[in-house]
Amino acid sequence: MKNSLLLGAIAVTGMVAGAATADTLQEVKDRGVLNCGISTGLVGFASQNANGDWQGFDVAICQAVAAAIFGDANAVEYNPVTNQVRFEILNSGEIDMLSRNTTWTFSRDVDLKLDFLGVNYYDGQGFLIPTELGVSSAKELDGAKVCIQKGTTTELNVADFFRVNNIEYEPVPISTASEAQQAYLAGTCQVYTTDASGLAATRASFEDPSAHVILPEIISKEPLGPLVRHGDDDWGDVVRWSLNALIAAEELGITSANVDDLAAAPTDNPEINRLLGTEGTLGEMLGLPADWGVNVIKANGNYGEIFEKFIGENTPIGLARGLNAQWTDGGLLYAPPFR
Amino acid sequence: MSTLSEPPKQSFHMGMLLNDTRYRGYTFQFIALLALVALFGWMVSNAVANLAALGQDINFGFLSDQAGYDINQQIIPYESTDTHMRAAFVGVLNTLLVAVLGCILATIVGVVVGVLRLSNNWLIARLMSVYVEIFRNVPVLIWILIVFNVMANALPSPSTFRGDDATASMLLGAFAFTNSGVYLPLPLWLEGSIVVVGVFVVSLIAIWALRRYARHLLYSEGRVIPTLPIGLALFVVPTLLAFFIMGRPIALEYPEMGRFNFQNGIQVRGSFIALWLALSLYTGAFIAENVRGAIQAVSKGQTEAAASLGLRPGRIMSLVVLPQALRVMIPPNISQYLNLTKNSSLAAAVGYMDITGTLGGVTLNQTGRSFEAILLLMAFYLAISLAISGIMNLYNNSVKLKER
Ligand SMILES: N[C@@H](CCC(=O)N[C@@H](CS)C(=O)NCC(=O)O)C(=O)O
Repeated sequence: MKNSLLLGAIAVTGMVAGAATADTLQEVKDRGVLNCGISTGLVGFASQNANGDWQGFDVAICQAVAAAIFGDANAVEYNPVTNQVRFEILNSGEIDMLSRNTTWTFSRDVDLKLDFLGVNYYDGQGFLIPTELGVSSAKELDGAKVCIQKGTTTELNVADFFRVNNIEYEPVPISTASEAQQAYLAGTCQVYTTDASGLAATRASFEDPSAHVILPEIISKEPLGPLVRHGDDDWGDVVRWSLNALIAAEELGITSANVDDLAAAPTDNPEINRLLGTEGTLGEMLGLPADWGVNVIKANGNYGEIFEKFIGENTPIGLARGLNAQWTDGGLLYAPPFR
Repeated sequence: MSTLSEPPKQSFHMGMLLNDTRYRGYTFQFIALLALVALFGWMVSNAVANLAALGQDINFGFLSDQAGYDINQQIIPYESTDTHMRAAFVGVLNTLLVAVLGCILATIVGVVVGVLRLSNNWLIARLMSVYVEIFRNVPVLIWILIVFNVMANALPSPSTFRGDDATASMLLGAFAFTNSGVYLPLPLWLEGSIVVVGVFVVSLIAIWALRRYARHLLYSEGRVIPTLPIGLALFVVPTLLAFFIMGRPIALEYPEMGRFNFQNGIQVRGSFIALWLALSLYTGAFIAENVRGAIQAVSKGQTEAAASLGLRPGRIMSLVVLPQALRVMIPPNISQYLNLTKNSSLAAAVGYMDITGTLGGVTLNQTGRSFEAILLLMAFYLAISLAISGIMNLYNNSVKLKER
């Protein structure tokens, strides 16, 4: 709301000077803590536990980067940001990176001057609706009120979908996921639409999840991943390869349980050795300690472990790996080689 | 001889800019002006430089790009394929709608409460004070959220109106109060309705003429004729006659429950109601204070003189006190109207798509053109505010005491 105006004004009148040219990695090191932007609260992706500590699938990326830099996954200052202000806050230099269900799109990458550093969840937009309404396809939604989060790809996709299918709907614009849940449960909108992973997380937090269905239509591609602002490629590399380390670790069979053993001495797999720093100088090239890879994996485990811990099939959210399986298992996850 | 009495003619020299009190004021004002211009220049160049550092420029071209998003409340037709410019315009109209209706309701509330606050009835006067204090002292954003949340939680959801075991039902079969908005019947103007409307307009003119005539009689002969019953009859009878003679050309389209929501009829969205009521009640409290102050500013002697002429209290208020109070209360009320209009930008809190929600919200977010969008918003609110105060000043000039 007003925030975004204020931030816009501040961002352009003063504080961005230098943000684009600065050595972010050095700044973070000097500060001793990583400023990471996360969502305002979405079970499984970013939520606070009983102790008030942030945790989740998106939070784990912040922790992996902090671990890579400091060897301490807790050296993170979390900044919950709404969809509407996230890019301005990132561009203003207030946060070093953003990891919050953010879709990589052309215009964000090119026009908003952001650098997306990979994909930590391949998603698509879906619709959540009470079972009692007896709707089985999104094409039956003619005349429904649809809760949509502002400042998202969601609001654009949904406009396209209904226009192309020639059906009427009424958008109910909402700021945060929790407000959207309230409005949906109160019945002020009949349908809630966002990324399918977000819908699964939302549904899991309902008292009676079985009273709500996610419709079969997935109307968009939503590759979600961490991002930084344009202009500091070295910093982008740190975040990109921290994410890749998580993905490669799963592929290479490195887990939080065996990482210490594997890192104790060079193994006979050179890629594992390079990733864990027992061979080569990859860490040095990034400006990080040699054991950065070990620390990244120790933070929350490899990609697969993080997935299972926060959003996998054994959690209330119950997401299957699907597209997010390793390429060796028929998924899309494919970390470039560590060499 | 004249040379003796004339002061020696001084020629102007630079030092006088500082030493001479006639010029010193101008000198400092000029310096302050330069400093101000320099400050703004610095801010603008800084902004441009910072945007350039981010690889961005200042460019309003995005306004003609396709907006790509939908807007729920649209006074003019709008599609997601229209431009950002048109989306902004839809927002402007939504801002104006809530501002105009808000000013009207706030004025009604303010005048009624302001007058009642001076009532001799202890209970009514106290109740009105309580209203004024509560509304003035809680921020308007909180009021907007309160009204919105009370509506969302106290009223039934549209789904409870559906099916055979519906737990909620429509009022008189014509009005539906749901937690996402209120649905009203929509008048349908069938063939011949123009005649009915014409007759109605003519009877309004007749009422106006009647009142003029009554005033004339009062001033010239001191006679009072009962305008109210005649006026009421003029208001209702000819229009009703025309309505039936023309074969009831005005019908009502009632809201009906569709698969998800009410369809047909007029939908007044919860976001609009929350914003409108909260702004009106909040600003109404301030206007009430202006009204009370203005009434109290009219000298007591006026009331007493009117009473001694035999005027009844209602007439004293409407004929003697209020017309004089009007002059006093217009200037402060102008600023209340301005406040209301500017406060309507809090619409985003409840998802009302005003100009801040369209241009300053979705457009800004989706295009990343925050600098341009905010400049345009500032220009819009500035223009609106100047227009309102311009119009109100004209009105003020027309009613203020004519001094000759
Ligand atoms: N991926 C889309 C949508 C992002 C979005 O709306 N995410 C939701 C849930 S999937 C969210 O982050 N909600 C938490 C919040 O509002 O802070 C985008 O990047 O525009």
